Amino acid sequence: MSSETKQILTTDGIPLEVSLKKAEKKNKIKAFLLVAPLLLFLIITYVFPIGEMFSRSIDDKMITNMLPKTFKEMEKWDGQELPSEEVFTAFYYDFKVLVEKQEHGKLGQRLNKEKNGFNSITKKLFRQVKRKKIDESSSIKDQIMKVHKRWRNVEYWQAIKRTAPPYTMSKYLKGVDMYYAADGSITQVDEDRRIHRILWLRTLEIAFFVTLFCFLMGYPIAHLLATLPMKYSNLLMICVLLPFWTSLLVRTASWMILLQQQGVVNDFFVMIGLVADDNRPEMMYNKVGTYVAMTQILLPFMVLPLYSVMKTISPSLMRAGKSLGGTPFVAFWKVYFPLTIPGIGAGCLLVFILAIGYYITPALVGGASGTLISNQIAFHMKQTLDWSFASAMGLMLLSGVLVIYWIYNKLVGVDNIKLG
Amino acid sequence: MALPSYTETRYRIWHYIYIAICTFVFFFLIAPLFVIFPLSFNAEEFLVFSEGMKNLDPDAFSFRWYKDMIYGTKNPWGLAAKNSFIIAIFATIGSIILGTLAALGLSSRHMPYKGIIMATLISPMIVPLIISGVAIFFFMAKVGLAATHTGIVLAHIILGTPFVVITVTATLSGFDHSVTRAAASLGSNPVNTFMKVTLPLILPGVISGGLFAFVTSFDEVVVVLFLAGLENTTIPIQMWTGLREQLSPTILAVATCLIILSTLILISAELLRRRSERLRGINR
Repeated sequence: MSSETKQILTTDGIPLEVSLKKAEKKNKIKAFLLVAPLLLFLIITYVFPIGEMFSRSIDDKMITNMLPKTFKEMEKWDGQELPSEEVFTAFYYDFKVLVEKQEHGKLGQRLNKEKNGFNSITKKLFRQVKRKKIDESSSIKDQIMKVHKRWRNVEYWQAIKRTAPPYTMSKYLKGVDMYYAADGSITQVDEDRRIHRILWLRTLEIAFFVTLFCFLMGYPIAHLLATLPMKYSNLLMICVLLPFWTSLLVRTASWMILLQQQGVVNDFFVMIGLVADDNRPEMMYNKVGTYVAMTQILLPFMVLPLYSVMKTISPSLMRAGKSLGGTPFVAFWKVYFPLTIPGIGAGCLLVFILAIGYYITPALVGGASGTLISNQIAFHMKQTLDWSFASAMGLMLLSGVLVIYWIYNKLVGVDNIKLG
Repeated sequence: MALPSYTETRYRIWHYIYIAICTFVFFFLIAPLFVIFPLSFNAEEFLVFSEGMKNLDPDAFSFRWYKDMIYGTKNPWGLAAKNSFIIAIFATIGSIILGTLAALGLSSRHMPYKGIIMATLISPMIVPLIISGVAIFFFMAKVGLAATHTGIVLAHIILGTPFVVITVTATLSGFDHSVTRAAASLGSNPVNTFMKVTLPLILPGVISGGLFAFVTSFDEVVVVLFLAGLENTTIPIQMWTGLREQLSPTILAVATCLIILSTLILISAELLRRRSERLRGINR
């Protein structure tokens, strides 16, 4: 009774609570409508295509569609002995269709990836089919087995059976130097061919050390910028902001000039007698070049978050620490440093995220020993055209980045990213 | 930073080490840019300082690479510059419109699922460019926009909007919403309110976000490498091919022009930032 009498009504006689909720809902829709165009645009042109990368990376439908009858018959086959006459017959008719569509070459290439030696025996079979040498009225199994001795080998038929599922994880396995062995188990490739694992480790190593160098170099100057009087710090800030705004390629070009064998840095080393003129060290096209150039390029991304945090720390805190008997070191370590940890977290995560996916600079100054996983992705996109493998590698890298992004979001919040 | 007179010697030494470290880092940051200037005036064809240049011999310097950049017959820099500017301008306009609208929605306190939506909108800035490049290439190839200006502009809008969203949201965080309510109570419709009241106040944020979007587009090479055909070549693509294949001093002439451009952008961005801080100061 009492609650009813207390209920406040608007002038229209609707309870205020209902009316308020209605207004809030309207506001919600209004806010959402403002965001909607960009959100839709990004979902269509960006989020879905990344999802498409995933379906591309596990896609193995091509062969499933090429040999539909064979795979249907193979369901009954136990995979131990040579398959039955029905499987051979089904394979023959599938293959005949492919020959008519001139797609037998693709089949041979795809099967060759599964097991070496398929390319030549599909070509042999193609010639027989093309010349109509196969008599469809008698046993097709016997005739195919006569084409080449490998068609009599059960391992090749097992390889065909393995390609039956429309999806495969083999690209992801390849990304970490593993593959499906003949019996379907996951096996590591030979030790001397494990190139991808080296690349992953190198990417992590370079990203880690670049982050560390950026931190070690960025912390002192961020501190200096935050404590100097405004008129000096504004001037010095230009040293941080000018590289930040300058084209990445320009900065990389300047490092290429500086680090080459006849370059300024080597000239300087010769001048101070560090190295002999005829024995100038190679500083480019290896890890050194990648480290130096990436550190300089990513340094502003470390300095800016650090600076914005340090700017908020009152200098009186350090003075209080000292007046309470702490030496300057103790005051710094116990008072100032803990207060800068949010900035350190933000800067380090940002630099690490950017470094782990770096492409341009390593490609130009890195040489063979300084390239990262991104370069491998670009290589497969542009040179080998193995787009599904490039997608798989890209998504493996992306999942790593998203984990860091998630941590960053938890710790710093994406809306706290400072730009300049 | 003068030290008080009572500072002990060991802290004095530490202080000088600290200043030395800072000097070194500032030098490390800024010096590489300045090596490009003198070399772009090199009279010879090599990218090293010749003996003449070291002795400041006037004959060792020339404008030949600048002439080559502008008049060189085989040089695609003219086409590249035209493309770069067209693409960057349209990408900036697109980013500004979409980004500002989204920022207005995001800074409303009624916005549902703010965290996840913000994270999605910012993601093109965080996701490695190579992955964005692959994904956008797949999309543009499917809808037939690969190797077109439109495709590249759309791709750069994707990459540019996060910057606009961030800067405008930051500007709006100090925005006093009662002014828009005041405008509404005085009979202004929402569009009019936005144009006459909100926009002038958030303009510094919008423009500085636009500058970021412009620079992102103007400097972008990874995604364009996937998307561009011969007709869509841009300055970064030309520099990329130049740096990979024949390292000619013409590139340094272009680089010098780009440094001058970025200096201009830096100055405008700084002026805007100060203006925006001043405006926000008044609002508080």
